[in-house]
Amino acid sequence: MSAFFDAYGALLGRSILIHLGYVLASVSIGLVCGVILGILLSRLPPKWSAFLLPVLSIFQTIPGIVFLGLLFLALGMIPATVLIALCVYATFPILKNTYTGLSQVENRYLEAARGCGMSPMQILVRVELPLALPSIIGGLRMSTVYTVSWTVLASMIGLGGLGDFIYQGISSNNNLLIVAGAIPAALMAVVLGAILDWLQKKATPGREAVS
Amino acid sequence: MIQFEHVSKSYGRSAILHDLSFTVPDGQFLVLIGPSGCGKTTTMKMINRLLEPDGGRVLIDGKDIADMNPVELRRHIGYVIQQIGLFPNMTVEQNICVVPKLLKYSKEQSAEIARNLLELVNLPYDQYAKKYPSELSGGQQQRIGVLRALAASPPVVLMDEPFGALDPMTRETLQDEVKKLQKQLHKTIVFVTHDMGEALRLADTILFMNGGKIEQMAPPEEMLERPASDLVRSFLGKHTVSESAPIRAEDFMRKNPYKVSKDRGVLECAEMMARSGVDTLLVTDENDRYLGVLPIRNIRLYGRTVDSIVPLITKEVHTIHAEDDARETMEYLVTSQDNYVVVLNSDETIAGIITKNSMARVVADTLWGEAQG
Ligand SMILES: Nc1ncnc2c1ncn2[C@@H]1O[C@H](COP(=O)(O)OP(=O)(O)O)[C@@H](O)[C@H]1O
Ligand SMILES: [Mg+2]
Repeated sequence: MSAFFDAYGALLGRSILIHLGYVLASVSIGLVCGVILGILLSRLPPKWSAFLLPVLSIFQTIPGIVFLGLLFLALGMIPATVLIALCVYATFPILKNTYTGLSQVENRYLEAARGCGMSPMQILVRVELPLALPSIIGGLRMSTVYTVSWTVLASMIGLGGLGDFIYQGISSNNNLLIVAGAIPAALMAVVLGAILDWLQKKATPGREAVS
Repeated sequence: MIQFEHVSKSYGRSAILHDLSFTVPDGQFLVLIGPSGCGKTTTMKMINRLLEPDGGRVLIDGKDIADMNPVELRRHIGYVIQQIGLFPNMTVEQNICVVPKLLKYSKEQSAEIARNLLELVNLPYDQYAKKYPSELSGGQQQRIGVLRALAASPPVVLMDEPFGALDPMTRETLQDEVKKLQKQLHKTIVFVTHDMGEALRLADTILFMNGGKIEQMAPPEEMLERPASDLVRSFLGKHTVSESAPIRAEDFMRKNPYKVSKDRGVLECAEMMARSGVDTLLVTDENDRYLGVLPIRNIRLYGRTVDSIVPLITKEVHTIHAEDDARETMEYLVTSQDNYVVVLNSDETIAGIITKNSMARVVADTLWGEAQG
């Protein structure tokens, strides 16, 4: 065991950091895109969103590998390709939850806000987004947990991350390597998920948590 | 002063308001009443431009509000809706200070406003300011809803069936508070209701609407004396009966008070109180006989230490019998600290409850009845 850590310890540490870096970067970008697109979608007439949301869902079910393959063809085997793919996949759950969160804001709050003299922007920032926040963070959580596993794809083209260990382990039939890659990835998902759960509680005082 | 000049409004082909003209002088309490769907809410929402008239104009202090910025206008008109609509993500204080914040009052000024207003309705600042709406009873929430509308001292306040969803006891308390606030602060209030009792108690002028037109506009006394139509008369209903002297307790008690059987759980009772916005439940034994009352205070203090509500019941409340002479009860309520007495049937089951408010209303009705006869 210690021999393993002597041989791979440093590499494992580096891989965890790289992995985490990809996750944080793509989820952050996904968060910004998802929230903005979710807001825009919620401002469209219901007819439009009734059409767009299912289309987006179908898009989301395209397997990551297929999407990545298409991106490779279009952009080449460069890190940006993987990052774009990860961002796009990180965006979906957040976009969808932002939209649902916003559309579930009860009318009485909107009417009260208008009646108080809030401008549409103030209503969005002070009332709608805070009320949709539990749902948005729920989406962020989903997106983060998924991205931890999708990031394994990054290793396919030698960009590092924990996937390296898994692929090497599979190709050399070395179970220890597989485990060395899988356990930190699983832990990462659990820990990030827990942090977001905590954040969700903190962000919504006086309300029941919604996921 | 609010003026409606030949205001009309349609949705698609159906005309909702027809050539509506009336004036509300400064400091007046105007109550809009009428059958459901007659256009009360529509009329009210034109005053803060949540709706725009198709024809005619609405003026405030002589200025056509169509020329004003609607967002700016609404910051100077208080607005209370039936569904309360306190923002659940904000504390009581933040809710109250929504409009002051929009108007860029300083932090200190806003806090001062919240403190004073909470004081006005007997909710101590230190205890309530940092609470969230979900931690309050329905009655308390609507109090805060009213305070939110008053926070930036708007000269005009609109209230759309603000107390419709509250239990009768809380409703009467809030009516008294609103009337008091209006007198104290000299507000012009436009208040929508479908409850004639509420209208009679609150209004300086009642505007009775039907089918988008004015059926009658008059002070309560005049409406009681000379209802303009059968519809108005039917709304006035029991309020016009002129027989005097409701002498027995059962004549003016409130029936169906909130009661529970003594074998109910503590938690269940607490939930029931929260749901119905009351602070006391009447407790009965297995034969439905009156045992005592369960105040929320006892649940707060000891609720965690006991499994059953029995040890939390107190018998300190005054009881009378349904056929008893009511004058003693009145005497008792006026002179004691208690806010209510429990009325029992001859078999000791619960008949109802008499509060200071229900008593005052009967007295008022009796007086009007006599004035009329
Ligand atoms: N957005 C709307 N579209 C079509 N009809 C409406 C709309 N809002 C209200 N109405 C109609 O206008 C009438 C008056 O409504 P309202 O002013 O809310 O009545 P009230 O408050 O007196 O019960 C009702 O018949 C209602 O159905
Ligand atoms: Mg209405």
